[in-house]
Amino acid sequence: MSFLDRAARDWLLTELFSGMAITLRYFFKPKVTINYPFEKGQLSSRFRGEHALRRYPNGEERCIACKLCEAICPAQAITIEAEPRADGSRRTRRYDIDMTKCIYCGFCQESCPVDAIVEGPNFEYATETHAELLYDKAKLLSNGERWEVELAARIAAEAPYR
Amino acid sequence: MANLWTGYIWPTAITVAEIIAIIVPVLVGVAYLTYAERKVIGAMQLRKGPNTVGPFGLFQPLADGAKLFFKETIFPTNANRGVFLVAPALTFFLAMVAWAVVPFDEGWVLANINVGVLYLFAISSLGVYGIIMAGWASNSKYGFLGALRSAAQMVSYEVSIGFVMIAVLLCVGSLNLTDIVHAQAKGVWFIIPHLPLFIIFFISGLAETNRSPFDLPEGESELVAGYMVEYSSMIFAMFFLGEYANMILMSATITTLFLGGWLSPLPFAPFTWVPGIIWFVLKVCVILFGFLWVRATMPRYRYDQLMRLGWKVFLPFSLVWLVLTAGVLEFGGLLPK
Repeated sequence: MSFLDRAARDWLLTELFSGMAITLRYFFKPKVTINYPFEKGQLSSRFRGEHALRRYPNGEERCIACKLCEAICPAQAITIEAEPRADGSRRTRRYDIDMTKCIYCGFCQESCPVDAIVEGPNFEYATETHAELLYDKAKLLSNGERWEVELAARIAAEAPYR
Repeated sequence: MANLWTGYIWPTAITVAEIIAIIVPVLVGVAYLTYAERKVIGAMQLRKGPNTVGPFGLFQPLADGAKLFFKETIFPTNANRGVFLVAPALTFFLAMVAWAVVPFDEGWVLANINVGVLYLFAISSLGVYGIIMAGWASNSKYGFLGALRSAAQMVSYEVSIGFVMIAVLLCVGSLNLTDIVHAQAKGVWFIIPHLPLFIIFFISGLAETNRSPFDLPEGESELVAGYMVEYSSMIFAMFFLGEYANMILMSATITTLFLGGWLSPLPFAPFTWVPGIIWFVLKVCVILFGFLWVRATMPRYRYDQLMRLGWKVFLPFSLVWLVLTAGVLEFGGLLPK
């Protein structure tokens, strides 16, 4: 009987038709597409996007040039040069990130003792040239100013888990 | 002078107008078939498909066409330029020329010839040449392998398509496509007595037009894009147009042979008011939806499976069915006069 069963299934193409039935059911299901430039998906507060250098509320930059981020960066994308400022505090003279080397692992923000370098929620910073993706300190600080509200909210949201 | 006018120029003008009246809708149909394909497959994969260019993405085919038109035409260094150019032109030309014998409605046929089926068959066999020439002229191993596969596949499946057609012709007693539809008007549509043949013809049609799951000639995982790999810009578009026009042609052939052409599904009042051309287009659309549906469902065949299906399953089956049909017609006294 199993032979007959098998033959009937082969010759009536039941497997083909059950497969087709599945695709037809999906044809009428609601779609999951997000119309990207017009609609955007939810981002986790742990999303690792474009980098930013933050400042304290009084305007002083947070980074103390400890170079932990530079040391831990597995892609060696970060370059820091430091020297004492006129008032004697230790600050960076140069803070560069090569965004084309960066692998967005988030180690830099993990290692930072003062929450200065962070990866923000922005992922829409495509450029037309390579040079535009070699970020310097000014660019990173301006990112910090631009995204500070979101950055502070994200850090606050993550604080209980740290 | 009047003789020249009534005898030559006027009929020529009418024929040209008729040709344009066929080719333009076919080309528009091709454009919107690509759109429908993306929409249908998208929907079956829970996506929306193109929806940005124009309302519901309806201008997407125009955007695609414009993009292809402005691309650079690249000739590979090793390609044989002449043949390389002729191949897509031939494919496109054959895909258009076959429409001459398709009856869209009662009397709506450009060339009502008595060998319509043979003509269709001959034209679709010639299609192999376009592909072989493209693969060979490209002088690329991928292109050549794709062309070989495609040629072998089309030739194999044409055999079973031929036997299926003969079985239908036995029930009609004519090779004229209009007569085939008339025979279905007198009796039932041939899909009812010949349902297995309809399925074989549909599947062979998929193989004949190199559609999924028989799209090995374009198997991108091993052959990049098969015989089209070296083509770009408008010469690529000609292949594309030809291929999709062939799909529509195959659907029109299936409609004529099995689904009663322009006939309404039920032969009484509210259905017969609808013009035949609308029924014809609707039936073609249903078959085309089947083509897209299959593509969204089935994985690609392995090449030996494809050959096995063609030669060891379809060919014997259609042969046996042909003999059975002939026997029933002969001894049941049903032979067409």
